[in-house]
Amino acid sequence: MTTTSHGDVYIPFDEAMSRYEPIIGIETHVELGTNSKMWCGCSTDFGSDANTQVCPVCLGLPGSMPVVNRVAVESTIRIGLALNCNIAEWCRFARKNYFYPDMPKDYQISQYDEPLCYDGYLDVTVDTPDGPQVFRVEIERVHMEEDTGKLTHTGGATGRIHGAEYSLVDYNRAGIPLIEIVTKTVIGTGSLAPEVAKAYVKELRDVMRALGVSDVRMEEGSMRCDVNLSLNKPGDGWGTRSETKNVNSLRSVERAVRSEIERQASVLDNGGRVIQETRHFHEDTGRSTSGRSKEKAEDYRYFPEPDLVPVAPSRDWVEELRAGLPEMPSVKRARLKEEWNINDFELASLANSGALDLVEATIAFGVDSVAARKWWTGELLRVANEQGVELEALSVTPHDIQQVESLITSGALNDKLARQVFEGLLAGEGTVEEIIATRGLAVVSDDGALLAAIDEALAAAPDVAEKIQSGKIQAAGAVVGAVMKATKGQADAAKVRALLLERLGVSE
Amino acid sequence: MGDLFRQNASVLANAIATKEVSAVEVTQAHLDRISAVDGKVHAFLHVNAQAALEQAKAVDAKVAAGTTLGPLAGVPLGLKDVLAMKGEPTTAGSKILEGWRPPYDSTVVQRLRAADIVILGKTNMDEFAMGSSTEHSAYGATHNPWDLDRIPGGSGGGSAAALAAFEAPLAIGTDTGGSIRQPASVTGTVGVKPTYGGVSRYGQIALASSLDQPGPCARTVLDTALLHAAIAGHDPMDSTSINAPVPDVVAAAKRADVRGMKIGVVKELGGEGYQAGVSQRYAEALEILQSLGAEVIEVSCPSFEYALGAYYLILPSEASSNLARFDGMRYGLRVGDDGNNGVEQVMSMTREAGFGPEVKRRIMLGTYALSSGYYDAYYGQAQKVRTLITRDFNAAFEQVDVLVSPTAPTTAFKLGEKLDDPIAMYLNDVATIPVNLAGIGAMSLPIGLAPEDGLPVGFQIMAPAMADDRLYLAGGALEAALTDRWGHLLIEEAPEL
Repeated sequence: MTTTSHGDVYIPFDEAMSRYEPIIGIETHVELGTNSKMWCGCSTDFGSDANTQVCPVCLGLPGSMPVVNRVAVESTIRIGLALNCNIAEWCRFARKNYFYPDMPKDYQISQYDEPLCYDGYLDVTVDTPDGPQVFRVEIERVHMEEDTGKLTHTGGATGRIHGAEYSLVDYNRAGIPLIEIVTKTVIGTGSLAPEVAKAYVKELRDVMRALGVSDVRMEEGSMRCDVNLSLNKPGDGWGTRSETKNVNSLRSVERAVRSEIERQASVLDNGGRVIQETRHFHEDTGRSTSGRSKEKAEDYRYFPEPDLVPVAPSRDWVEELRAGLPEMPSVKRARLKEEWNINDFELASLANSGALDLVEATIAFGVDSVAARKWWTGELLRVANEQGVELEALSVTPHDIQQVESLITSGALNDKLARQVFEGLLAGEGTVEEIIATRGLAVVSDDGALLAAIDEALAAAPDVAEKIQSGKIQAAGAVVGAVMKATKGQADAAKVRALLLERLGVSE
Repeated sequence: MGDLFRQNASVLANAIATKEVSAVEVTQAHLDRISAVDGKVHAFLHVNAQAALEQAKAVDAKVAAGTTLGPLAGVPLGLKDVLAMKGEPTTAGSKILEGWRPPYDSTVVQRLRAADIVILGKTNMDEFAMGSSTEHSAYGATHNPWDLDRIPGGSGGGSAAALAAFEAPLAIGTDTGGSIRQPASVTGTVGVKPTYGGVSRYGQIALASSLDQPGPCARTVLDTALLHAAIAGHDPMDSTSINAPVPDVVAAAKRADVRGMKIGVVKELGGEGYQAGVSQRYAEALEILQSLGAEVIEVSCPSFEYALGAYYLILPSEASSNLARFDGMRYGLRVGDDGNNGVEQVMSMTREAGFGPEVKRRIMLGTYALSSGYYDAYYGQAQKVRTLITRDFNAAFEQVDVLVSPTAPTTAFKLGEKLDDPIAMYLNDVATIPVNLAGIGAMSLPIGLAPEDGLPVGFQIMAPAMADDRLYLAGGALEAALTDRWGHLLIEEAPEL
């Protein structure tokens, strides 16, 4: 049992799972990657100076009115279709009323009882000791809404609004199209709940990427998760749930579920009552702290948004969008597993490392699938992990790998030199050709130069030549090594060995 | 041509176009008139003489250059203070917006500028257009030019009084439950609430978004039609704006013909509760229409009985949300920001100080009506009534081309008379509200003075959605017949100020 400074008590996960069953639900907000905002023409670029991407509409100035961004509706429908949802024939926006300084209108335009997409599902795969297991996560709804501005609280100890000396508001984010994807309650995951939650968010992220509707960067907040969780004893009714917010990475999704299971189990073990509340997750500690109580539900006084007309996507349009959907990540994985002839474990490690699309693109350039996988999941993944970035963020492209591979095939490069080429690419030294030229990377294939190096190595170790000539051919390795060292690796080891044996008049 | 300020808009436009007078002279004449009489009337909250004269000068330059001009070029206008105008004070009659100058023009203002109509300034109104008398303006009431002790109607009393006091020949109003028509009725002027979506709401500070509609006000049916044509038409900035051609209201006003027209008298709007003189003038107007060749029949709209109740749930509900943004954070008044109060207290203190009692009353009503657990019983039920009223109208318009009623149950009442009785005040709009609930168009035009008090009586014409031209066809005919009978417009009987 552990206790945090906030007074929350935790029991070990396995112990918790021996007595309780978890029920989870996940709400995910995704910022759509449209060029303009939800209701106006303002830019959605991230990172501009505060309050430079605003107009009367997204500032909610008196008299201004919203107009729906058609691309946002289209993206939402495509998301709904990818998540196997029904698409409403007619739906409305609604106003969610509450006062907060980051909301220009003091209401958020959202959707309430008429979401654009509803009743779908997403199958997710979790690795278990018994092999991969598929869970179907049912989707309750996908709806459209607008993002709020961003508050910065200055002064005070917590960086929160209470205790701050003053606060600054940046409305650049206000009115950026957001969609919210809400799951139904996910039951029956047992002790796999943390993994299922993580796998769901990851699969969702991959679907968004495949659709190209968002850059889904959790660290920048373009994808944000709230995790709902309750525990109950087997056979009992459902328990009271908490909602954990600020879960901003895939790893945090898993940790947040695990932590909340450990906390709630401790509360229940001690005869306590789980409080219905919002909790804030902290990346550094992996624990959450209590936020706002939700025991008394806030009354948002939803009503249909009278400034907007209903959204009524024609069936023709929906079918057109359905026909244009890209291959879904799960379908793609199954296909590649077959095409590349790999097992579940290899597939999972490719998928988990984010290498799948890169390998596929590399193969499309004509590179052998084994070689393509070798580079991405070997050398390059090691560098990516070292730098703490995604594989695709590296400055190496599938085309670079194709160039390097064809040079290896032709004998112009060997593996060791190829690694130096990648080193150059990662350091931004230029193209493959430029790096080879400036670093002087080329296999020494001049027999004369190699023979001179062999003679030098033999002279330095006269006993070795005798050993080889007496039949101990394995001793050749030491000479080959010395030659490779002398040529700084720029020789073809097999060729050195052949020349050496020929020199000594030995045949294998 | 006599006093320039007494002339109607179409006459002035013609005189400017033919260089009989300059637009600057016309504008100056109206500015002088405002200086002379607005101390008594208080129709304007803000006049920008310099900007108006500059606009007029530009029109004169165009005339001199031989540029083809719109039919109202150079004619001055009063703009209801609920419409955003770039760089000019725009308060909606509220203290909470004191000092705010919008950084943008409403679509109506853009179109007025495009039509070379000269904007004199902003007219007074009930705070956030909540009221029927302008007594709820945070800047003091407007006085009815017919009798300075009486109300000019509301919420657009400033616009109507400016017309009746000859301070401007044109004005813009907005009509949520009668705020164009009832002021027109009690000031002897003409006002039209176009079909919902006929004129863009972009830049109109919202009261109740599903009911609000800007519209034209003038002293004659033709002038009203010309202004209507200048501001109407689809606007991509307003999703609820109608994307279809605007009916030719100017041609209809000129044709002014009711021969063969079927006119329906709404049984539920009249009789008991209506002032005797109002009913008398109304009956005479119906006789005139009949004599002009219209067929007048009685129709029943039984659901109208519930209109006022439904309206006073829908309006406050939407208003409670629309007015939430006035929180002192971004613009306008801010109270309590002394370093000791948190953000919630500043919002609360600002709203406490910045909103008047009628606004607070409606915000509270609306907040309650939308509350969880009450929504279905109040807002939901009111929306059902709204559907029934629309059905009543649809059924009636299957029998007739237009519907008619008195615009208001009474002539102008005394300032202060109904200020402490909200229900009595609300009842003023009993005949105008059904139109807003159904989203159709309607006109009020003067049909004479009530014998008992010598004050103007208004006649309401209602047409199906997107058939606003019928208002002008019937209104134009009635106006012509009455003008023939009197030998002049009714407004010319208004007392000297």
